[in-house]
Amino acid sequence: MTELTLGKALGAGLRQAMRDDDKVVLLGEDIGRLGGVFRITDGLLDEFGAARVIDTPLAESGIVGMAVGLAFRGYRPVVEIQFDGFVYPAFDQIVAQVAKLHYRTQGRVKMPITIRIPWAGGIGAAEHHSESPEAYFVHTAGLRVVAVSNPADAYRSLRQAIASDDPVIFFEPKRLYHHKGDVELEAPLADAPPMGLARVVRPGTDVTLIAYGAMVSTALEAAEAAEDDGVSLEVIDLRSLSPVDYDSVAASVRKTGRVVVAHEASREAGVAAEVIASITERCFEYLEAAPLRVTGHDVPYPPAKLEKYHLPDLDRLLDAVDRVLDRPNSLTGVEA
Amino acid sequence: MSPQITPIADTAQDLELSERILAPDGSRIPNPRLDAFVADVDAAQLRALHRDMVILRRIDAEGVALQRQGQLGLWAPCQGQEATQIGTARALAPQDYVFPSYRETGVIYARGAQPGDYVRMWRGEEGAGHDPATLRVAPLQIIIGAQTLHAVGYALGIRHEATDEVAVTYFGDGATSQGDVNEAMIFASSYQAPVVFVCQNNHWAISEPVSLQSQYPIAGRAPGFGIPSLRVDGNDVLACLAAMRWALDHARSGKGPAYIEAVTYRMGPHTTADDPKRYRDEAELESWRRRDPIERLEAHLRAAGQLDEHQLAETQAAADDVAKAMRAACLGMVTRPPLAVFDGVYAEPHTGLDRQREDYAAYLATFEAEA
Ligand SMILES: Cc1ncc(C[n+]2csc(CCOP(=O)(O)OP(=O)(O)O)c2C)c(N)n1
Repeated sequence: MTELTLGKALGAGLRQAMRDDDKVVLLGEDIGRLGGVFRITDGLLDEFGAARVIDTPLAESGIVGMAVGLAFRGYRPVVEIQFDGFVYPAFDQIVAQVAKLHYRTQGRVKMPITIRIPWAGGIGAAEHHSESPEAYFVHTAGLRVVAVSNPADAYRSLRQAIASDDPVIFFEPKRLYHHKGDVELEAPLADAPPMGLARVVRPGTDVTLIAYGAMVSTALEAAEAAEDDGVSLEVIDLRSLSPVDYDSVAASVRKTGRVVVAHEASREAGVAAEVIASITERCFEYLEAAPLRVTGHDVPYPPAKLEKYHLPDLDRLLDAVDRVLDRPNSLTGVEA
Repeated sequence: MSPQITPIADTAQDLELSERILAPDGSRIPNPRLDAFVADVDAAQLRALHRDMVILRRIDAEGVALQRQGQLGLWAPCQGQEATQIGTARALAPQDYVFPSYRETGVIYARGAQPGDYVRMWRGEEGAGHDPATLRVAPLQIIIGAQTLHAVGYALGIRHEATDEVAVTYFGDGATSQGDVNEAMIFASSYQAPVVFVCQNNHWAISEPVSLQSQYPIAGRAPGFGIPSLRVDGNDVLACLAAMRWALDHARSGKGPAYIEAVTYRMGPHTTADDPKRYRDEAELESWRRRDPIERLEAHLRAAGQLDEHQLAETQAAADDVAKAMRAACLGMVTRPPLAVFDGVYAEPHTGLDRQREDYAAYLATFEAEA
């Protein structure tokens, strides 16, 4: 076990993937000598050279389009998009090319591309630096979507994403880049749980609280606070947003009968809506209350000074928990 | 070799300034830049180019006919562009890899397409028409310009492996307005990638004339990216062959990307869904009829006593045979069973999609139970 920050764990994952397979090449803006604006690729240029750690011109569609061509040639490109809000210029290449080429060619062309995206808010960043675009990609057939929440998962699932023959959109919560955790650097990838598997982060009996990315930390805080209040929350980290591990989710819901899903992304047609619809289809008869969403508002990501009103926090999560438990809450009024 | 650039947007007007070897009447004119690249081309090879173009025109006509008869959802004709497509594609080496747009019927023909390959995509049987690995041609691209970046990425791979392959990409004049095409040129130049850009300037992007995309000759843009370019008469198959050999030599010998603008004309509609009468002058079409690429080579060969009626009839018969095989392949296509809609979305199992497939299979099974 080695204690690493999430950012360092990602760097270690990249290094290991590049050592394991010389077809793995990295592409991105500033990823070479600078090591990326978040320093995730720090040191990789020195170890692997400029042919494998490729500093690119400043053009996102170009970066992803190049990765497509490299995949045609048998490479496994790992793309770094500098910030979440800058993935949109590459949207066409991702959804119309990366996602579709395997299907169009009936598997004759593979797109083992990993697109890493420093993601989501809570760091007081400038405009376009705190977006949560995951639903666009979850909605796109042909992509896998992963969101990590801790260093151990980050290290392992990044390597799994790179090893996967499918394209993976890989979301890295930048708010957690400096969070530390234990990572088993030597553990064989073959023994790891599959990339698509959800994880029960904290077992509980009263309400299933589903989250992913940085929101898992908030969910855990909520679980601790709820425990003080005599309520037992089961916290699930989805880890994979496409596919979602509904077997694990349903098992929890069948136990608790109550569900809250939390994410930073705005609400309409978001991941929480999908998760709740699927839960309702799958285990309606186990539900004791209507499942609830706690999400960002349906507004453009607000200016930094306002983001705390946008991001679901401990209190909003607990309010939703109260509502699914039919305890006094923001709708019924505070307990007299 | 530096291109001749004249800042006149109307390429039809300054066509004379494009590189050419055969005049519209078929006479051979000296071209100090390009002659050396086709010095080896003898009469038999010229006849082969002629035959290719005749066959391509026949394939194209069959595609239109099949669409009119309801056998294809759509077809993108390339009539008039035979010299550009055959001339450039016949310059390729087997190991080169092509990233085309949807109009490159002649390119996949030259790469050895099978009869069904021409129609499979347009008929809606599969997302891609041919096997990319056997033809070394990526699936036909509908998103304007996206394929140019793929070619550069592929070429970067070639460069890293230090082989003598070249990646080639085809696109239209309208595509030159796309960000992707400009990004592709930047990336190609930055990495000195062995890639050849072939812009088929057929004067129209659906109803928009080339002058809307570019107020400057398109070949003139490439040098601004650090990419040498040639503007060639796209209805002169010999000039297209020569220009492409120049470009491929350049890229293959490690000098980086090269760019060709082939000035040609789309004689028919943009696709079978288009009505060019709404936006295009009949007189313009007429003036381009006089520059027909097939007739030009034919005139040249006849004047040299290298093409007789017997050979012409044989070529036409060969073209008819190809069209017949294409039609038979088209009509013989068997649509895959319903669950095939799920095939090939992912390379590895995806639990969400696998569940949908199971649900749909169970739903379909209820009909079998009824029967
Ligand atoms: C990104 C994109 N925008 C719009 C279209 C619709 N469209 C199809 S072909 C075409 C014109 C393309 O013209 P050009 O690049 O000159 O190629 P040509 O069809 O003349 O060969 C347009 C607008 C498309 N396929 N892709």
